[in-house]
Amino acid sequence: MFNLLKVVAQRIALGLFTLLIVSLIIAFVVELLPGDITQAILGQSATPETVAAFRAELGIDRPAPERYFEWLRGMLTGDMGKSLANKREISELVGVRLSNTLFLGGFAAAIAVPLSLILGLLAALYRNSIFDRGVNLFTLTSISFPEFFVAYILILLMSVKAGWFPGISNVSKDLPLGDKLFRTLLPAATLTLVVVAHMMRMTRAAIINLLSSPYIEMAHLKGIRPTRVILHHALPNAWGPVVNVIALNLAYLVVGVVIVEVVFVYPGLGQLLVDSVSKRDVPVVQACSMIFAGVYILLNLLADIISIVTNPRLLHPR
Amino acid sequence: MNEVERLKRKLDRGQITRREFLSRVSAIGAVAAVPTLYSGDAVAGPKKGGRIRSALAHGSTTDSLDPATYENGYMAVVNVAIQNHLGEVDETGAMVPELAESWDIENGAKTWVFNLRQGVEFHNGKTMESEDVIASFEHHMGETKSPAKSLLEQVDSMRADGKHKVVFELKGGNSDFSYIAADYHISIKPSKGGKIDANDGIGTGGYILKEFDPGVRSFFTRNPNYWKEDRAHFDEAEVLSIIDPTARTNALTTGEVDVMDRVDLKTAHLLGRKPGIKVEETTGTKHYTFPMRTDTAPFDDNNVRMALKHAVNREEIVEKVLYGHGMVGNDHPIAPSNPFHAAGLEQRTYDPDKAKFYAEKAGGNIKVQLSAADAAFPGALDAAVLYREHAAAAGIDIEVIREPNDGYWSNVWMKKPWCACYWGGRPTEDWMFTTAYKGGASWNDTFWANDRFDQLLVDARAEVDQAKRREMYFEMQQIVRDQGGVVVPMFANYVFAMQDSVAHGPVAGNWDMDGSKFLERWWFA
Repeated sequence: MFNLLKVVAQRIALGLFTLLIVSLIIAFVVELLPGDITQAILGQSATPETVAAFRAELGIDRPAPERYFEWLRGMLTGDMGKSLANKREISELVGVRLSNTLFLGGFAAAIAVPLSLILGLLAALYRNSIFDRGVNLFTLTSISFPEFFVAYILILLMSVKAGWFPGISNVSKDLPLGDKLFRTLLPAATLTLVVVAHMMRMTRAAIINLLSSPYIEMAHLKGIRPTRVILHHALPNAWGPVVNVIALNLAYLVVGVVIVEVVFVYPGLGQLLVDSVSKRDVPVVQACSMIFAGVYILLNLLADIISIVTNPRLLHPR
Repeated sequence: MNEVERLKRKLDRGQITRREFLSRVSAIGAVAAVPTLYSGDAVAGPKKGGRIRSALAHGSTTDSLDPATYENGYMAVVNVAIQNHLGEVDETGAMVPELAESWDIENGAKTWVFNLRQGVEFHNGKTMESEDVIASFEHHMGETKSPAKSLLEQVDSMRADGKHKVVFELKGGNSDFSYIAADYHISIKPSKGGKIDANDGIGTGGYILKEFDPGVRSFFTRNPNYWKEDRAHFDEAEVLSIIDPTARTNALTTGEVDVMDRVDLKTAHLLGRKPGIKVEETTGTKHYTFPMRTDTAPFDDNNVRMALKHAVNREEIVEKVLYGHGMVGNDHPIAPSNPFHAAGLEQRTYDPDKAKFYAEKAGGNIKVQLSAADAAFPGALDAAVLYREHAAAAGIDIEVIREPNDGYWSNVWMKKPWCACYWGGRPTEDWMFTTAYKGGASWNDTFWANDRFDQLLVDARAEVDQAKRREMYFEMQQIVRDQGGVVVPMFANYVFAMQDSVAHGPVAGNWDMDGSKFLERWWFA
């Protein structure tokens, strides 16, 4: 237990360090982009005087390192600062979008993860049968399509033709939970179709791999039912690789869904990030990047912990 | 037709019944003409009520309520929903009074006195007076980032003459100053100690801003105290920002929204065929251009410019890029809807022989590069490629360079020798010419300077005799057409769509969606 805690503490420290490096890289890269927020916002209306006045107003005529350190100091005290474009508090702005993204991601995960695990287990149980081949074919096809294509097909069939679901998912804060779930069903379904393949096939592969071990053969010889063999004897050892894949896909559900957000007009973090990058709103871009990096790091950490718990040998790498 | 018009007016006023109208009209024998006179919407007056949901192709999370930062179609709609200006552009393109009841022009158009409407209240209860107008103007003058700053540089001084008069002293005479004073940036907001609070979202407009989530959604309720009695018919209004054209179209076809703008031109005819939906368009001043830098070789030679102007098939570009939703341009930025449009100026056509002639005069083979990206205008790359093919028939070699969308306005426009650009256009000739064609103007993207043109510009501005003005502007359009550095192949229509349940009167063409004022001008039938 103590060893585990030590590992966790180490990982968290490494994670924070990674966040720092990420912030430096993002700040550097955004500086390199041509133009800055004043030109991006004023657009065709940008003349040298208006640009200079705007720059002075925002305080971005100061050198880049100075601005970076001021931002860093703010972050360490929990103040994400204000958006350069419209002076809103970034914590509010990001907070709403983040909760929307987490809601959609959570909804998709709640469908996708159990579905993949069950399908993976069944496919392993009935490997090489028609069911197994069918499930593999279907999930590989759905992951091969670009997600906007899947989204458009779902909208066409479920919304435009059948009229069962709304065509866009514009949720707002005060919508009741039931309404929210109804409106976000299509995007959640799209995301599910996109991530199921990876998790399902990993589960199937890990279990099939284990099924050739001697102790499984012993269990068969003892006359244990195939279902119990898989669930009770094989699955606990399969968690390691499976959980890693699940963590990767969960991170994708939070970080990589900007296209689905655009197609369904869902007010999430991805759209915010795209808007902010194209307008060079540096504090917002950095805040979002920190959140995305944090999500990845946290999920990876959880995956590692679960792997270690299920396979204590991992605590002492050779 | 006069008798029918008279009968129709009587019907509108309820002096005769519909049955009487039809029987009298058929007696005249003009039955066939009736359906075209019956425009449907105009017969029944505007009905109040309902919640309109609209989807716009613009909007970004970086939008703000500060009038100095309005630069996209979404904020244009929010702007005129909650705020008013000194004047507004009506459906004929004329400037009519809004918050200013009338204006007096004195001293050779150097002094302008605006008489303000009395008894108009802001959403917070304060009455609109001259100090509010002065504070609203000052927000865009002096040390400011507002794009209206250059427009207001011609104002020498302004002062309040009592609570209901504002006097402007200009540096030079300007017959069109009313258009400037009604520029969409200069929204009239309440003054607090001589300054406006730029982000409070308070104005005198027909709708009160209840929720504002930039880049996502805005929500308004009707202002029960609105001073315009025949406007603002919806009880509530929701404006969504849906950039993706497919999502926007889906939202309209599935009934999620009632109105949308920027119909995808490629599928406009399919959308129009759908029952329950109507697609409409207006021709305004929006035009697409290919500006050549006249300060850079080879475009500094007018023969090269003339060769290129004759080497483009304008009709084909309107057909293929605008899908017919537009009309050909004549290499100057003045649209037919502008008051002094040179209708008699000969329309330039595709003439490879003339192009070859000019190319020879310029000294032989012309080989140039054209930078384009869809950021300039939708279909810019297609138009550039078509241009290349048309010019090849005249022996001119155009290499089309595809530029990235991101950073187009910083790196390509006004930097590369020849690129693509768009203009929303301006309601007056003086404004359009001063913004982009006057020697040394900050947006003069052809870097062109012509002394005669600049002289005419100043003279026409102060000229009060309309006939003389018309002659001057005719000559200026001719100069731009024949010596300027810009190729203007087309004027583009605004194409928008709505459910059949949405009705409106004649639509203004100065900006998209009825001058961006659809929230206060349209109603549910």
